[in-house]
Amino acid sequence: MRKSAIYLTITVINIALCSALFMHAAVRRKDAGKELASQANIVKEYQLTDLVLFTEARYTRHPSMADLNTPFQDYPFSFEHFPSGSLMPVPPGIRR
Amino acid sequence: MSLMVWIEKQRNLIDFVLSSLLRRKGKNFALIAAYILIVFVLASVMFLTHALKREASIVLRGAPEIIVQKMTAGRHDLIPKTYARQIEKIAGVSSAKTRLWGYYYDPLFKANYTLIVPELFKYEEGGIAVGEGVTRAGVTAEGNIMPFFSSDGKLMNYRIREVLPADSELVSSDLVVMSEADFRGLFGIPEGLVTDLAVSVGNPQEVLTIANKIKQQYPDTRPVIRDEIIRTYDAIFDWRSGILLVIFSGALLAFIIFSWDKASGLSAEERREIGILKATGWETSDVILMKFWEGLAISLTSFLVGLLLAYIHVFFTSATLFEPVLKGWAVLYPSFRIVPFISAYQIAVLFFLTVVPYTTATIIPSWSAATVDPDLVMRT
Repeated sequence: MRKSAIYLTITVINIALCSALFMHAAVRRKDAGKELASQANIVKEYQLTDLVLFTEARYTRHPSMADLNTPFQDYPFSFEHFPSGSLMPVPPGIRR
Repeated sequence: MSLMVWIEKQRNLIDFVLSSLLRRKGKNFALIAAYILIVFVLASVMFLTHALKREASIVLRGAPEIIVQKMTAGRHDLIPKTYARQIEKIAGVSSAKTRLWGYYYDPLFKANYTLIVPELFKYEEGGIAVGEGVTRAGVTAEGNIMPFFSSDGKLMNYRIREVLPADSELVSSDLVVMSEADFRGLFGIPEGLVTDLAVSVGNPQEVLTIANKIKQQYPDTRPVIRDEIIRTYDAIFDWRSGILLVIFSGALLAFIIFSWDKASGLSAEERREIGILKATGWETSDVILMKFWEGLAISLTSFLVGLLLAYIHVFFTSATLFEPVLKGWAVLYPSFRIVPFISAYQIAVLFFLTVVPYTTATIIPSWSAATVDPDLVMRT
């Protein structure tokens, strides 16, 4: 078998796999309707405002509720105490 | 030239390119491995941030339209219930509900929980509903007792009546839902004070006006509107900001160095090869076409494999490699399956960031070598 045939076959398989991912994504998105609805229900029922991503500090657990001076109040000479605080940019509402 | 002849010529060139690449097996496999890694990191960051951003915007559409916080001496403070009754009188406000919520640090498991009181709690006093993350962190299950220390140091025991659905972990993982009486008893919050207010507005277009009215009427409050909440998540998951930019730019810089190295010159062996090809009758255009296939063979293969691996990493393993970074010092970390919101735009951006510059960087130095006299190229 020619090398070009092997290469082209591998490339076609790769492209087919990538297309399969798009199809998988579309199917998952369709199935996720129930999952997203369950999350949206909980948000509505409990009047939630934020996602549970970083639970280590209150301003990273509820970034949208963070007040104007929280990020620098932990202790003197500490700009940022928690790792997630440095992962997360300042919410636009605070910079307003 | 007929199509078949053209195709045959391209296949011959690909055969030649692959033989040439396989002669430098070690170097080229290392190159492909590094290239795959860069595409993998870039694609993982893009997939993760985009999917979380979309999910946040869908899920948080149900969040309260306006949250009113009371500020005292520059800090968020408890708000009197009387504010709710006054705010309800503002024209356009359909309701102002009170919210009671707070944080509890569990010294036993070193985890932070978010305690919340719903409008209607379906269990009696002493019963709680908890998120999946709480059961994991506290090594407990439905029906078990969960101990909490109240504000006056007393031990309070609550029975877990319900574990919130696992598929809602992204919003409920650290929640402990309890009755108002239990919440007030635990934190010693007097009747008449609540954490903040959730204001509903009849006409969505009036939200900003009403938020401004609240601010004017109660200068000691801070209204936060739902659009701001959603924008917060847009900003957090924007791949052009925060740590994601650091990861992203690190990978991108590595890629630029990588392409620059390729573009800044050919090895002596590669130059000699071009010289020999020219001496045996190859046209400059053939050499450039050959180099184009070489660039494409490496970059397209790496791009496709990197993309596949990134998709598996983010959407099948919930971005497990990023977990230590995202987790920080937190004990409680939600385990959620990310919904694959991917778009052709993301793939196109990645393609133009990786495949196009590399292929171009491979062609340019070859073109300069191919235009020089073959005799000179072979002698240098």
